[in-house]
Amino acid sequence: MEKDKIKELNSFASQVRRDIVRMVHAQNSGHPGGSLGCVEFFTSLYQGIMNHNSNFNMDGINEDLFFLSNGHISPVFYSVLARSGYFPIRELSSFRMIDSRLQGHPTTHEGLPGVRIASGSLGQGLSVAIGAALSKKMNNDKSIIYSLHGDGELQEGQIWEAAMYAAANNVDNLISTIDYNGRQIDGDVDDVLSLGDLNAKWEAFGWDVMSCNGNSINEIYTTLENAKLKTNNGKPIMIIMSTEMGYGVDYMMGSHKWHGVAPNDEQLQIALNQLEETLGDY
Amino acid sequence: MKIEILGNSDTRSGFGAGLSQLGETHKNVVALCADLTGSLKMNDFQNKYPERFFQAGIAEANMISMAAGMTIGGKIPFTGTFANFSTSRVYDQVRQSIAYSGKNVKLCASHAGLTLGEDGATHQVLEDIGMMKMLPGMTVINPCDYNQTKAATIAIADHFGPVYLRFGRPKVPIFIPENTPFEIGKALMLKEGTDVSIFATGHLVWEAVEAAKTLAEEGISVELINIHTIKPLDNESILSSVTKTKCVVTAEEHQIAGGMGESIAQLLAKNNPTPIEFVAVDDKFGESGKPADLMKKYGLHSSDIIKATHRVLKRK
Repeated sequence: MEKDKIKELNSFASQVRRDIVRMVHAQNSGHPGGSLGCVEFFTSLYQGIMNHNSNFNMDGINEDLFFLSNGHISPVFYSVLARSGYFPIRELSSFRMIDSRLQGHPTTHEGLPGVRIASGSLGQGLSVAIGAALSKKMNNDKSIIYSLHGDGELQEGQIWEAAMYAAANNVDNLISTIDYNGRQIDGDVDDVLSLGDLNAKWEAFGWDVMSCNGNSINEIYTTLENAKLKTNNGKPIMIIMSTEMGYGVDYMMGSHKWHGVAPNDEQLQIALNQLEETLGDY
Repeated sequence: MKIEILGNSDTRSGFGAGLSQLGETHKNVVALCADLTGSLKMNDFQNKYPERFFQAGIAEANMISMAAGMTIGGKIPFTGTFANFSTSRVYDQVRQSIAYSGKNVKLCASHAGLTLGEDGATHQVLEDIGMMKMLPGMTVINPCDYNQTKAATIAIADHFGPVYLRFGRPKVPIFIPENTPFEIGKALMLKEGTDVSIFATGHLVWEAVEAAKTLAEEGISVELINIHTIKPLDNESILSSVTKTKCVVTAEEHQIAGGMGESIAQLLAKNNPTPIEFVAVDDKFGESGKPADLMKKYGLHSSDIIKATHRVLKRK
């Protein structure tokens, strides 16, 4: 990957991280940990990987589409959508406020451009992505469907119904990803309900499984590029992204405690001091 | 409307016939089924339009959310499984992926109510109308015979938004003429009368027709209205009828709680408080048995509508 491109994407990512901590701080509510851990993924997706149109149309014909299944990491989704041109960046200041389009969990209900399905209640997004992928096939639309899921979310049974369906029906225009940070609300995933051998599980279900460091722009971007080359080969693709919850803010890393807790004024300043303002705060 | 028996068939076959017709006329209609293709009478669509038919297996949650995803790109998905598995099993999927997300999915539900028969209470859902009508934006339709089910199936394809279409298993009389227009949200006047308004939906419409005949012999003039659309309710037709008759009997194959009768009672309580009797299941689970026997045991027979009419007339 070109050094300039990596630099550009890291610069974008730094601004997104500032947005996340500021949004969650402003309402003293939201989920900073998982959001921070997925910044490199969202940045890669919307700043190069996907062929998408910020002039939003629900049907998204001849566009690549993304579905966020673990809707609680809405701050990173909203920041990247806004900074990719879907809606005004200043609207980020309305996150989780009354009368806002930026609901706590993403929804189509308020008409926020860039969101195609409500998510929040976990486990449904993979099925939705498969449905959209099948719709593309029926429309003879060669675009790709992407989805993101939390690792804790994989405890939901519906995920495995969907996993079975996609492989059995050769849904091979689908690249799904897992935010494998090993943490969930009650603690480490291994302690709450261990996922066992995740690679082996997805392989056994018939998926083409890839893995990478999800907090390295170079690695996630390159892995997504390679995944694109593997589409239309009869198998759905799963990328297991090893990530660090809270990545980029030192005191939020290494623990599950910042899953759904907002920083106070002092903590916000400490975080912002670690994150360069590159594109201008909202 | 002149009411006479035109034939005998199951409402699910009306759904199957309507779906096949849509396959021809609506190229964006797709169908999904969770291992009940024969029971839902979806075989004809499956055979004629295999590229638009999706076998989901026994995985209803996945099927419902996939249907939501298929709307993105312009498809009109019709999901088919039993009423219990179309509602209570997948309530969160219907709520978040379809209703809250405003997706154009048609939830087509067979084997609703006690008339499912011998399989018993695990499969006899009597709470589905309540669950579905509580969801904002959801249209709820419960047609009464083969012809009306076929017409409703075709009508919902041209209505944008989520729809719950409820039908059943047993063969019942066909009595709605084939060319009767089906208008979502518009009640169907079956017989005008002056003494009592009977509002009936689904399989109970035929029971109400039979009850009205007996009541006529007793000199009681029944106004019989078929409420095929429970949500949105045809407030105008209901209020107009009640202004004339001043008492009401509702009849449905559902729990009293959450049913059509409850919706009508709410409308009347607000606009025109009126004596009302409910012919419906009174807070009980069903059981195994022949459909006709179950309908008698649980108080859903034409004789129960007659008794309810006698009760309500005394309360006028």
